[in-house]
Amino acid sequence: MDFGLSSEQEMLSDAVSRCLAETSPLDHVRACAEAGSAVSAAATAALADLGLSCMMVGAAHGGLGMTLLDAAVVAEQLGRAAAPVPFLARTVLAPLALIEAGTPAQQDNWLPRLASGEVRFSVALSAMVERRDNVTLVAQDGAVSGTALFALDCEDATHVIVADHSGRMYVTALDAPGVERIALTTIDVTRSVGELRFTAVPVEALSADGGDAARRLIAAGRVLVAADSLGAADVMIDKAVAYAGEREQFGRPIGSFQAVKHMCAEMAARHEPCRALVWYAAHAFDAMPAEAALAACHAKSHTGEVHRFVARTSTEVHGGMGFTDLLGLHYWFKRIGFDRQFLGGPEAVRAEAAAMQGWGAAAA
Amino acid sequence: MNLEYGPEYKAFREEVQAFIADHRHHAPKASARAARPSPEAEAWQSLLIERGYTARTIPREYGGFGAEPDILQSRIIAEEFARAGVPGGLANQGISMLVPTLLELGTEEQKRRWIAPTLRGEVVWCQGYSEPGAGSDLASLRTSARIENGHFVINGQKIWTSTAKQADMIFCLVRTEPDAARHEGISYLIFSMDTPGIEVRPLKTMTGHAEFNETFFTDVRVPIDQIVGQRGQGWYVANATLGHERGMLGDPDALENRLLALIALMREERVDAGRAIDNPVLRDRLAAIQAEVAAMKYNGMRILSDQLKGTGGGMAKLIVKLQSCELAHQISALAIDAMGEMGILYGGSPRERDGGAWQWNYMFQLGLIIGGGTAQIQKNIIAERGLGMPREPRLERAPAKMGREAA
Repeated sequence: MDFGLSSEQEMLSDAVSRCLAETSPLDHVRACAEAGSAVSAAATAALADLGLSCMMVGAAHGGLGMTLLDAAVVAEQLGRAAAPVPFLARTVLAPLALIEAGTPAQQDNWLPRLASGEVRFSVALSAMVERRDNVTLVAQDGAVSGTALFALDCEDATHVIVADHSGRMYVTALDAPGVERIALTTIDVTRSVGELRFTAVPVEALSADGGDAARRLIAAGRVLVAADSLGAADVMIDKAVAYAGEREQFGRPIGSFQAVKHMCAEMAARHEPCRALVWYAAHAFDAMPAEAALAACHAKSHTGEVHRFVARTSTEVHGGMGFTDLLGLHYWFKRIGFDRQFLGGPEAVRAEAAAMQGWGAAAA
Repeated sequence: MNLEYGPEYKAFREEVQAFIADHRHHAPKASARAARPSPEAEAWQSLLIERGYTARTIPREYGGFGAEPDILQSRIIAEEFARAGVPGGLANQGISMLVPTLLELGTEEQKRRWIAPTLRGEVVWCQGYSEPGAGSDLASLRTSARIENGHFVINGQKIWTSTAKQADMIFCLVRTEPDAARHEGISYLIFSMDTPGIEVRPLKTMTGHAEFNETFFTDVRVPIDQIVGQRGQGWYVANATLGHERGMLGDPDALENRLLALIALMREERVDAGRAIDNPVLRDRLAAIQAEVAAMKYNGMRILSDQLKGTGGGMAKLIVKLQSCELAHQISALAIDAMGEMGILYGGSPRERDGGAWQWNYMFQLGLIIGGGTAQIQKNIIAERGLGMPREPRLERAPAKMGREAA
């Protein structure tokens, strides 16, 4: 019995933390944002040097064959640093899609090139999360037409794996004729999402598995945005506590006022159990597949709620300074805001969790 | 990450399961938390002690089972009894607070005299800590004990003395050194509730029941050797047990069982033609609570794992009382809301659900949020001990001679 991170995972966490402290401090995050890019070449290259760009690819295809809990450890550190690094789609979801739904030939074709960095994937699963603006994506005779929203890690991608509403996934190059890539601007400048418009684009279909693999991908994605949120919220609490200890009003540190102290205590009290929840959900994905989808819903929806509270409360503890751009606190505020909505807001995710358990009018 | 307890524990778990299957028909029907255990509950308790399923690590010479402490074995016992819905060992204040205190700080004679009958449920204790003027600021307590002819002579009043009516004995904090600093003048006494000069008045609460009492002491004479620890050290003796009480209030199995009861209720309860659990708003709240209960359960596993490694537990542990009590209260609140108009039924009314338990819980759990260290005190502890935030500056006050202030 050992509930928590292994010593290897602790080392991984430290290594990523040090790497990002060096390559992606706040000044750098700000510089990337001002340059209008969600891709820090320096931080992305440094993480690749640690071997992490192929962490989810199996050894047979030139990767490290690591687990989702390992990926969650990395995601938490990326959230801590609010690092502009394409990770979730590029490094985790794309290889998982190929591993879970690719034929052996597709895996042999794509995974080594993915591991080496020769191809850079974006992933668009939005059609499975909920339909908005009536967008549709239709595959017919080996070609895809329609629109995919919220393609993640889109900015510098060469290829995309896109799911239709049934969970069938397709691979295509983004420079193929008939593909239009439109950058979507979000609150969170540290991650890139795009809208992809397809006009009869020839695609390579992954296995027709009834959407099982795509649903696994959504579960994995939810765990990792929850992990990202965990790291970002950790920072916001640390910063609030530090600020409340330094800032003096009425002749004493504001952190000695119970009104402020209790705000910090509430953040910590609600936040701390999220850590175990995220670890458990990641472990469920790795080792308890029957529990994975529900655990991912719990982790996603609960961190979404708790960390919205943390984001606004930490900002309030910082007073007027929290509202300014000077401290840069808003980078984490927005990272948390992104994590809450992406792959489904808490209400949508809880509706899925309810349906899985037979709660809901349709199931009655 | 490894959630398996390991092969060496598999046999132990099977042994516990077999015991429960073979003996569950002897288990008392009434709640094991009734103030004064029934003969049936006492017999069950003796059987559990004999087999090591309660009082497991308490030495045999004091009436326990005498096993080496093994956190996972204790956890397996708790899990299996909770899962089977069979009452485990008695969990009263004598067992959870007094016994650990005596084991740590009692004299050999006190241990031999009191621990075994307390474990068996023959001696029931109540706790005399809080006073009307000393709640969160417990160290300001004023119940006094002067020394006279080899006796403490106690005068004052305690409040929140649950089970005082049924109790044989009380463990009680009194001020023996009125001139000492606040924390240095307190002693921890144990004495019979039959001692002349003790009056117990039921304290009726918002639930309509008297779950607590007020206990008044008028020249209550207690032999001078009925003290645990040294004179003036009572504050530190009591603090050894406050930790045990907070542990009791944050049991993740209890939360999970409340959640399962809520789910069962919401499946059962019909709103028009549908079930409450199918209502989109109610099921959304249920799913949110379910996620939070899961978080607290895994947080508990993390604490357990930290204990196995011998590391502190830190923040994960500090937040348990605050979060668990709040969550339990929310579970009851949702149950009442799921019942709609039926949710107001209480006190044995026709059509009442579950014997009015949800309304009672909703009110009583508010008491638990306040008791055992209020939510606000918990937040101070989390902020100051957990986050290292600065303490509130103390107001300049007159010298802390509590006894004289009381006069």
